[in-house]
Amino acid sequence: MSMETPLHRVQGLGASHSGVKHFWRQRMTAAALVPLSIWFAWAVLGLVGASEAQVLAFLARSLNGPLAIPLNAILMGAFVVILLYHMVLGLQVVIDDYVHSEGGRIFLMLFTRAFALAVGAVSLFALLRIAGPV
Amino acid sequence: MAPRQRPLSPHLTIYRWPVTMATSITHRVTGVGLSVGTLFLAWWLIAAASGPEAYQTFAHLAASPLGELVLFGFVWALAFHLLNGIRHLAWDMGYGFDVPTALTVSWLVIVLSVLLAVAAFAAAYLGHGGFNA
Repeated sequence: MSMETPLHRVQGLGASHSGVKHFWRQRMTAAALVPLSIWFAWAVLGLVGASEAQVLAFLARSLNGPLAIPLNAILMGAFVVILLYHMVLGLQVVIDDYVHSEGGRIFLMLFTRAFALAVGAVSLFALLRIAGPV
Repeated sequence: MAPRQRPLSPHLTIYRWPVTMATSITHRVTGVGLSVGTLFLAWWLIAAASGPEAYQTFAHLAASPLGELVLFGFVWALAFHLLNGIRHLAWDMGYGFDVPTALTVSWLVIVLSVLLAVAAFAAAYLGHGGFNA
């Protein structure tokens, strides 16, 4: 007789807590980061040696036409957010592989997430200040 | 009773390193390095949002010898992680696993990542007045 609950059986995860979620999200963020990184490299290369005013003009530049949105600031925001998500997923694997104490593991997991949230918050705040309304 | 001494399988220090081992660990190292790099990305953005003086401070530090060295490291790490990441995505779809291909593409990733980083710096120096503007 199985000691498994019916719910546990249909979830089909055995002793693990999750299935392919981590793997899949890491791959999807990676695929999104391929074009975004190329855009980022192009943008930064164009801004080498630029003044603050030129950087602001680039990031806040709006498209012409009905969709007058600051495309560069939006792409930069997307790049930062997806990059940080990909980073958290990747660092989690590194921590899982090399950190064997449970306390250290939990501390580093929380630290990487807090780090990502802080870097993301600061970056998005900066982008909103540069290209947001007002 | 003392546990019997059982044979251990050889570990990393025993094997002669094939280039695929080097690219594998470098992918991880560049990933961790680029994680630190997000701090500089946020710094750049917040400096730009904080006015000309703050941006000037950032640009001045970025253009210092140490700043350029660090930036070159990040540029190369991004190029490597991007190229090798595309390779990982190909692997996930089942391509590129046979030994000759894996070895060739490993070298290709190493050479191309260095070339891209050098090209980016050359373009920055030649095309945009470099870091001296």
